[in-house]
Amino acid sequence: MEPIFAVTVAVFFATSIYLLLSKHIIRILLGVAIFGNAVNLTIFTAGRLMREVPPIIPVDLDMPAGATANPLPQALILTAIVISFSFFAFLLVLAFRSYQELGTDDTDGMRVAEPEGEELPPLGY
Amino acid sequence: MAADSQWLTFLVLFLPFFAAAAAPLLTRSFGHKAAWILAVFPAFIFLHFIGFAAPVANGETISGGYSWIESLDVDFSWYLDGLSLTFALLISGIGTLIVLYSGGYLKGHAQQGRFFSFILMFMGAMQGLVVADSFLTLFVFWELTSIASFLLIGFDHSREAARRAALQALIVTGAGGLSLLAGLLVIAQATGVNSLSALLAEGEGLREAPLYFAALLLVLGGAFTKSAQFPFHFWLPNAMEAPTPVSAYLHSATMVKAGVYLLMRLNPVMGETFAWETILPLFGGTTLIVGTLLGLRQTDLKLMLAYTTVASLGLLVMLTGFGSHLAVEAAVLYLVAHSLFKGALFMVAGCIDHETGTRDLTRLGGIGRAMPITFAAALLAAFSMGGLPPFFGFLAKEEIYAGLATGSFWGVLLTLVAIIGNGLMFAIGFAVGLKPFIGAASDTPKHPHEGPILLWLGPVILATTGLLAALFSSLSHHFVSSPMASAVVGEPVEISISIVPHVGLPLLLSLVTIALGIFVYLTLERGRASMATVLAAIGWGPDRGFDQFVRGVIRISAVVTGIVQNGRLDIYMTVTFIILAAALFVPMIGFGELPSVPAIAALSFHEWAILVIAFIGLGAVVYARDRLTAIVSLGIQGFAVALLFMLFGAADLSFTQFMVETLSVVILALVMTRLRLSPADHRPTGQKLLDFSIASVCGAGLGLLLMRVVEVPFDPTLSTFFAENSRVIAHGRNIVNVIIVDFRGLDTLGEIAVVMIAGLAILALVRVRAGKPGNATKTKTVETGGEA
Amino acid sequence: MSTLIFRTTAPYLASLMVLFSLFVLLRGHNEPGGGFIGGLIAASALAIYGIACGVPSVRRAIYFHPMAISGSGLFLAALSGLVSLFVEQPFLTGQWITLNVLGVPLDLSTVLFFDIGVYLVVVGSITSIALGLEEREHA
Repeated sequence: MEPIFAVTVAVFFATSIYLLLSKHIIRILLGVAIFGNAVNLTIFTAGRLMREVPPIIPVDLDMPAGATANPLPQALILTAIVISFSFFAFLLVLAFRSYQELGTDDTDGMRVAEPEGEELPPLGY
Repeated sequence: MAADSQWLTFLVLFLPFFAAAAAPLLTRSFGHKAAWILAVFPAFIFLHFIGFAAPVANGETISGGYSWIESLDVDFSWYLDGLSLTFALLISGIGTLIVLYSGGYLKGHAQQGRFFSFILMFMGAMQGLVVADSFLTLFVFWELTSIASFLLIGFDHSREAARRAALQALIVTGAGGLSLLAGLLVIAQATGVNSLSALLAEGEGLREAPLYFAALLLVLGGAFTKSAQFPFHFWLPNAMEAPTPVSAYLHSATMVKAGVYLLMRLNPVMGETFAWETILPLFGGTTLIVGTLLGLRQTDLKLMLAYTTVASLGLLVMLTGFGSHLAVEAAVLYLVAHSLFKGALFMVAGCIDHETGTRDLTRLGGIGRAMPITFAAALLAAFSMGGLPPFFGFLAKEEIYAGLATGSFWGVLLTLVAIIGNGLMFAIGFAVGLKPFIGAASDTPKHPHEGPILLWLGPVILATTGLLAALFSSLSHHFVSSPMASAVVGEPVEISISIVPHVGLPLLLSLVTIALGIFVYLTLERGRASMATVLAAIGWGPDRGFDQFVRGVIRISAVVTGIVQNGRLDIYMTVTFIILAAALFVPMIGFGELPSVPAIAALSFHEWAILVIAFIGLGAVVYARDRLTAIVSLGIQGFAVALLFMLFGAADLSFTQFMVETLSVVILALVMTRLRLSPADHRPTGQKLLDFSIASVCGAGLGLLLMRVVEVPFDPTLSTFFAENSRVIAHGRNIVNVIIVDFRGLDTLGEIAVVMIAGLAILALVRVRAGKPGNATKTKTVETGGEA
Repeated sequence: MSTLIFRTTAPYLASLMVLFSLFVLLRGHNEPGGGFIGGLIAASALAIYGIACGVPSVRRAIYFHPMAISGSGLFLAALSGLVSLFVEQPFLTGQWITLNVLGVPLDLSTVLFFDIGVYLVVVGSITSIALGLEEREHA
């Protein structure tokens, strides 16, 4: 099972990196969204897979009766999903605002922070 | 020494810093009279160190300290022998006078409190430097003196010249400090000890170590920059931008001697080698000649004195490196004499400047009648500088010639250098100490009159000390010169020279020097003019080189920044991912960690189906030509992931993923409809191919890495712990939730903080737009309406 | 998107979802659920309500500014961690107490309040994001 998931993860990563390499903000944003899923799946797979047994202790027992899915990666991913969503939303608004200000979604045209042909810093003391 | 005085010495080492903290407050309350209170601190320190004079004169050493960083074997420790003690006495003694002098000199200055604070801070640093035992303590205080010097030179920071001089001094001495640190580390590596006292006890070890030469060069890099040896001398004259008390204290009497102190301190363990006895006299002698010649060129009293300071430091380095006991004794005597007369002369120059409004030699004359006390102090100091009896400078000069005139070629050459240097210094000394006071009265910006007691007390005491120390030479030798020379040589020596002249070669050479000095003094104008012509012919100097260096650094950094940060996001990304691919594959292939070919496990039909749906979603995102397709396809791959979580026992994850994907699609739709942009790809095909290859390699690398990870046996320790203790300790049956809110609660607290910060940041972005003129009122009503 | 049917049903749908989110939050310790999921459900509910009936009506309905809700959540979570300091245990150690309300035993814990804090942060922040974007839609 895990090797097939590893291949799946590879496809997720390749797709998101291909989108991240593009010059258009909107494609980069799509890439970021997929990148989050790829990372989550990697953590999930690295914690090993187990079908259909959620890590929940039955009412009358003190610990799970048999093997369950690994709870630790799930806890990590759960918070990661929410945080990556917040981050994605932030990037989205940022992209939107910069589009409004600069009128372009081409990253080559976004040169406010690092303008072309910048002057030398002052040479005096 | 008794343990009860250990804490007192520790206190004394930090006392100047306390005084520095108190200085602005005291100055605010008492004005310039605060000097009288602040001078009590260095005076107390002086008395404390005087108490050590008797035991040190008997050959004892005083050491103490506390463990600083135990795990690294670093101590805060001090070590007092004749050398450190003499320096400590000079620093605290002259420091007391300087504090008083500053009270008069900067009277009424708005930042006088700050000035007191800086100068006391420097005193603490310098004092720590000379008594430091462990290498690290030494280095820390060494750098602290550089920083204090930076602050003091740049005290008048509204002038560009002062800023430039401060920065120059900091860069030159700071770079030297780093060189010193490296040198100390090399010494520690070569000998295995990390304190000066242990190094001195080591004896021959360092000289025979293979790293000796490297250590020597690095240490000299520190000493030569700090003590302004040619070609690093240029920062010292520029440092005259500082107020005169600073020039008198830091840049003649104490700080610039730190390099000489270091050389003297290391003389017993690093000296008497060929390299030592070649490099030191060579650089010292050059500095002596260059310093005096450049000094001759000046008409500004402070600059003339500054160049003779450079020359004197060269003389000291030359004598320290000459290698005979007599030469070392001469260096010791000259060092003490120089601190006394040069400190006095600087303060006199300050007095003249303060009372007449100018310190240009050509505009000064005949002010001796108006300023008799200053004139007397100046004359006493000039006599000592000229090496005339019965002053301490005379003893020093006799010893210099006795030490150098050994008959060897090297000795004759250096004697000649010393005669020229001393003759020129004689001339400059009298040009400062005599010339302004005699002759026809000149027209000065201010009407000259005697300054207040705060101004003349310092030079008078210093100049008189130079006289008394020579008159009672047996006493000063017993308590100061002999213990210091013993520490520099490394074995007990006794200095016996007195003011009674002995007929012999040294006296003859002294007479030659004085004759040369008088000749130069009388032809000063012509000498200055010819020097100016020579310097104009050369045109370039290290001072201009410094400017070129600084501009060059700025230009180069601008070019490098332009290349590295070219402002193109796609290039940043490409480089990042190429390096990621290399980081993944190079170790995996290099260490043979590639995963073996896995067995394809059976997946059920619906599992395959979900995977296929996910891939279709991914493909559709890449090839989407319009907004709706892209959004929907993004949703498809997200929901596929949620289904995968569901199938593999992660119910919580699955719900969360469903909710998040739904919300993502909603907000993406909200933004994309406003953006009116097509997600279609506009890259040329070549670029697409390159990006595709990079992406594929990265993806394959991450996939192979994961395959390799799942091949190694799983360590279930943590997961088992959580499963076993979730209900027992934390009373919860949903293990995932228990981990989030209980076992790893602190992580979650941080994570929800991040979520909240993201929310705040987005709100801020929205508000930025609302803050625009025209939009403001409208959005404001919406906001208040919402909150009401 | 503001069709009549959607606008009519959205308030009911949203209130049902908020109710459900509270249920998911409270059962989270023992069954699938918890603060994160509950918070996301409630935030979606408010986002739907916002799309259907406009942002001002959502702001009126939740009364407080969403970031204020978020902030109070973070405060509550941090506060629940401080309780353990009074019994000289490390920050965020869970404390449990059983109350007897009208003969029914009720387990209360600092962990529950921590989870409620998480819920409030997620609801507040994400609602704020969604409303901010929707506002632009109508602006």
